[in-house]
Amino acid sequence: MNKISTTEQVQRSLKKRYRAEKRFRMYGVTSIVIGLLALLLLFTEIISKGVGAFKQHYVSLEINFDADDLGLDADLFTFFDAVREDYGNKLHSELKIADQHATMAEALSEFEAQAQRDFGMTVIDALQAREQQLADANFTGIIRNSLRERFPSVKSRRDRRALYSLVSVGASFDLRDRVNADASLIGTTQKLWLLADDDLDTYVKSLNDSEPFIGRLKENQVEFISSWLEKNEIDARFNTIFFTSGDSSEPEQAGILGAVMGTFFTLLVTLILSFPVGVAAAIYLEEYATKNKFTDFIEVNINNLAAVPSVIFGLLGLAIFLNFFGMTRSVPLVGGMVLTLMTLPTIIISSRAAITSVPPSIREAALGMGASRMQTILHHVLPLAMPGMLTGAIIGMARALGETAPLLMIGMVAFIAEVPSSWNDAATVLPVQIYLWADSPERAFVERTSAAIMVLLAFLIMMNGLAIYLRKRLERRW
Amino acid sequence: MTILEATNPVDTAETAAKDTIKMKEADLNEAATESDHKTVGDCFVENPKFSVRDANVYYGDKQAVFDVSLDIGENEVIAMIGPSGCGKSTFLRCLNRMNDTIDICRVEGKIELDGMDIYDSRLDVVPLRARVGMVFQKPNPFPKSIYDNVAYGPKIHGLVSRRVDLDEIVETSLRRAGLWDEVKDRLNQPGTGLSGGQQQRLCIARTIAVSPEVILMDEPCSALDPIATARIEELIAELSENFTICIVTHSMQQAARVSKRTAYFHMGKLMEVNETQKVFTNPDHELTEAYITGRFG
Ligand SMILES: Nc1ncnc2c1ncn2[C@@H]1O[C@H](COP(=O)(O)OP(=O)(O)O)[C@@H](O)[C@H]1O
Ligand SMILES: [Mg+2]
Repeated sequence: MNKISTTEQVQRSLKKRYRAEKRFRMYGVTSIVIGLLALLLLFTEIISKGVGAFKQHYVSLEINFDADDLGLDADLFTFFDAVREDYGNKLHSELKIADQHATMAEALSEFEAQAQRDFGMTVIDALQAREQQLADANFTGIIRNSLRERFPSVKSRRDRRALYSLVSVGASFDLRDRVNADASLIGTTQKLWLLADDDLDTYVKSLNDSEPFIGRLKENQVEFISSWLEKNEIDARFNTIFFTSGDSSEPEQAGILGAVMGTFFTLLVTLILSFPVGVAAAIYLEEYATKNKFTDFIEVNINNLAAVPSVIFGLLGLAIFLNFFGMTRSVPLVGGMVLTLMTLPTIIISSRAAITSVPPSIREAALGMGASRMQTILHHVLPLAMPGMLTGAIIGMARALGETAPLLMIGMVAFIAEVPSSWNDAATVLPVQIYLWADSPERAFVERTSAAIMVLLAFLIMMNGLAIYLRKRLERRW
Repeated sequence: MTILEATNPVDTAETAAKDTIKMKEADLNEAATESDHKTVGDCFVENPKFSVRDANVYYGDKQAVFDVSLDIGENEVIAMIGPSGCGKSTFLRCLNRMNDTIDICRVEGKIELDGMDIYDSRLDVVPLRARVGMVFQKPNPFPKSIYDNVAYGPKIHGLVSRRVDLDEIVETSLRRAGLWDEVKDRLNQPGTGLSGGQQQRLCIARTIAVSPEVILMDEPCSALDPIATARIEELIAELSENFTICIVTHSMQQAARVSKRTAYFHMGKLMEVNETQKVFTNPDHELTEAYITGRFG
C-alpha cells in the first residue's frame, strides 16, 4: 500500500517535472526566436535601405567632342596616342609623370624630329602642352551644349541651370578620361551614357514607390526626367563607382574604396603590432612569470583594460602619439596603434586561455624529455595553442574593425576624398565613413550608408568565418 | 643497516600492535605522525646510483616528504608503494627535478646522482633529465607522429646528425619497447591514435631513445587494462638489464612482480625499505604490514 502510493507520488511529481522541463526549454527557444527576429529585422532594414546604392542611373546624351569647344589640338593628341602605341602601356603611365624629363626625353628621342616638324617644339614640351590642354579643356561645356540641343525649348538661364544640374559633375571627368585614352574621339559625336546627378537617381529609383521622392527637384527638372524616361534615355547600371572611389561630397561620386583601404591599413598595423606583442605577453605571463603580487596586479589590470571604453584609448593615443610624439594626424599608422592598445588586452586574455588549455601532461612530457622551457613552448605549447590564439586575435580584429570612437579622437574622421595608398596617408575607416554619411542630409547618402554597413557586416562575417575555419582546421586532438 | 628496533619509539607501538589483531587506522596514523621516526630496513647500498639524504619537500607551507634517506643501486628496480597522497610521486619527481616546474615546490636535503649533487644551483636540468628519464601515470605522447615522438629526444639533445642514424634510434627504441612490430607500418600516424597500452610503450620508447641511465615511472600502468599492464611489466623486466628503474605503483602485486627492492611510504615518510620478498612476506614495520594486508590504502 505504502509502496504504491510512493510510486504514484513519484508519477505525479514526474508530470510536474516534465512541465517544468518543458517550460525551461521554452524560455531558451523564446530567447533564440527573439534574437533571430531582431537580427532579421536589422538585416531587412539595412538591406532594403541599402540595396539601391548598388545601382546608379546614367543619362544618354549626344556628346560632340568639338576640338574648338574643348580647346584641344587634335593632332597633338593623335601624335601621343601613336607614341603610346609604340611604347605600350609602360609609357602610358610614364607619360603622365612630368618630372622624369631626362629618362623620358631619351625614350622619346626618336619622336623628336616629328615633334619639331609638326608642332615646332621639343617632344617633352609637346607632352606638357598636351597635359595642359587636357587639364584646361571645357568638358562641362560640351555636356551643356549637348543638354541644350536635347531640350531646345529651354531658354532662360534659370531653367538651363536646372537642366545642367541633372548631370553629375563627375561626367566631365569621365569624358576627360575617354579623350585621354583615345584621341580619335576628338571631332566626333558620340552617344554616351553619362553619370546622373543623385537627385535624378534618387527620384527615378523611387518611381515605383507609392509616392516618388521629389526632394530638391523642381517641377521643370521632373519634366526633363520624364522626357528622358519616355525615350529610354535613362538607364540603371551596377554602381562600380561605389566600390572604386573615395569619399565625395557628391553622393553619386562617393565610394567606399577609400574607407576600405583605410580600414585595411589600420587593421594591418593593428595585427602586426598586437598579435606578436599579445602572444609574447601571454607566453611570459603563463609560462615564465611566477605568481606573486606583481603579476596579480598585472593580471587585474589587463582584465580591466579589456573593459575600458574604447574612446579612452583614443584620448590616450591623442595625448601620446599625436601630442607627445608628434605623429601625423588622421593616418592609419596612428589609428592602428590606438586600436592595438585597445585590442591587446583581448588578445592577451584569449592567448593565455589558449595556453592554459594545453594539457599539462604535454608540457610535462616535453620537460621530462629534457626539453628546455623555450623548446617546450615552441615545439609543443604554441602549436597546440595557436588555433585559440588566432581565434582570439581575429575576434579582437573584428572588434577593432567596428571601432569609431577612438579613431575620432586622432582625427580619422576628416573628409578624405583620396584613396590612401599606404599607412601614412590620411584616411578614414569604414565605421567612420558610415558615421560621416549617416550625418549627411542627401537621401542618396542614406542608401550609401546602409550599403556601407552591408560591406562592413560582410567583412565582419568573413573574419568570424575565418576564425571558425582556422579553429576547425588547426584543432588537433590529444 | 641494522633494524633500529631498540631506539625506535614507533616500535613500542609495534609491539602493542601484535596484541591486537586489527589495529585501528587512527592508531596507525598516530604512529606514523610520530615526529622522531626512523626508516626501518636496508636504506643504503654499495655504490648507489642515486643517494638521497634527508630529503624534505614542501608545497608552499605544507610538507609532503619528510626526511627521506634512500639509496638506489645501479640497474636495480626499486618499487615505491604506499597509500595515495603519501608523497611517492613527489619523491620520485625530485630525482629528475621535475618538481622545479611547480612554483610552490621546494626541495631540501641532498640528492646525488653518481656522486653529483643534482640540486647544485649550477647544474642544468636539461642534461640531468636526459640521464634520468620519466614515464608518467597517464600516457602522454606528443600530438605528433609516432616517429616524431621517439625522435624528439635525440633531436633536441643533438644526439644524431644524419637521418639514417635517427631512423635507427627510432627503430631500436621501438623494438626495445616492444612496439616496433605493431607500428612499423604506420610511423607517420599520430601517436595519440594508439591504444592506451601502446601509447604508454611509445612513451617508454621515447624515454629510452635518449639512452638515459635511470627511468622513473610514476604508476605507469594505472590507466591500462590487465593485458597491457602485463606487457609493460615484461618490458620493465627486460629494461632492468640496462637501466636503473624507480617505479611508483599502487598495485602491490606489481611491485612484487617487477622489483628487487620495495620502499614503503606513509604520510610523506619513508617507513621501510627492504628486499621486495621480505616486504611482502615478513615486513619489519607494522604499518607496512597493515598496508600489504589491506587494512588501509
Ligand atoms: N602540485 C601540488 N601542489 C600542492 N600540493 C601537492 C601537489 N602535488 C602533490 N601535493 C600534495 O603532496 C602530497 C603528496 O602527493 P603525491 O606525491 O602526489 O602522492 P602520491 O603520488 O603518493 O599519491 C599530497 O598531500 C598532495 O596533496
Ligand atoms: Mg602519485
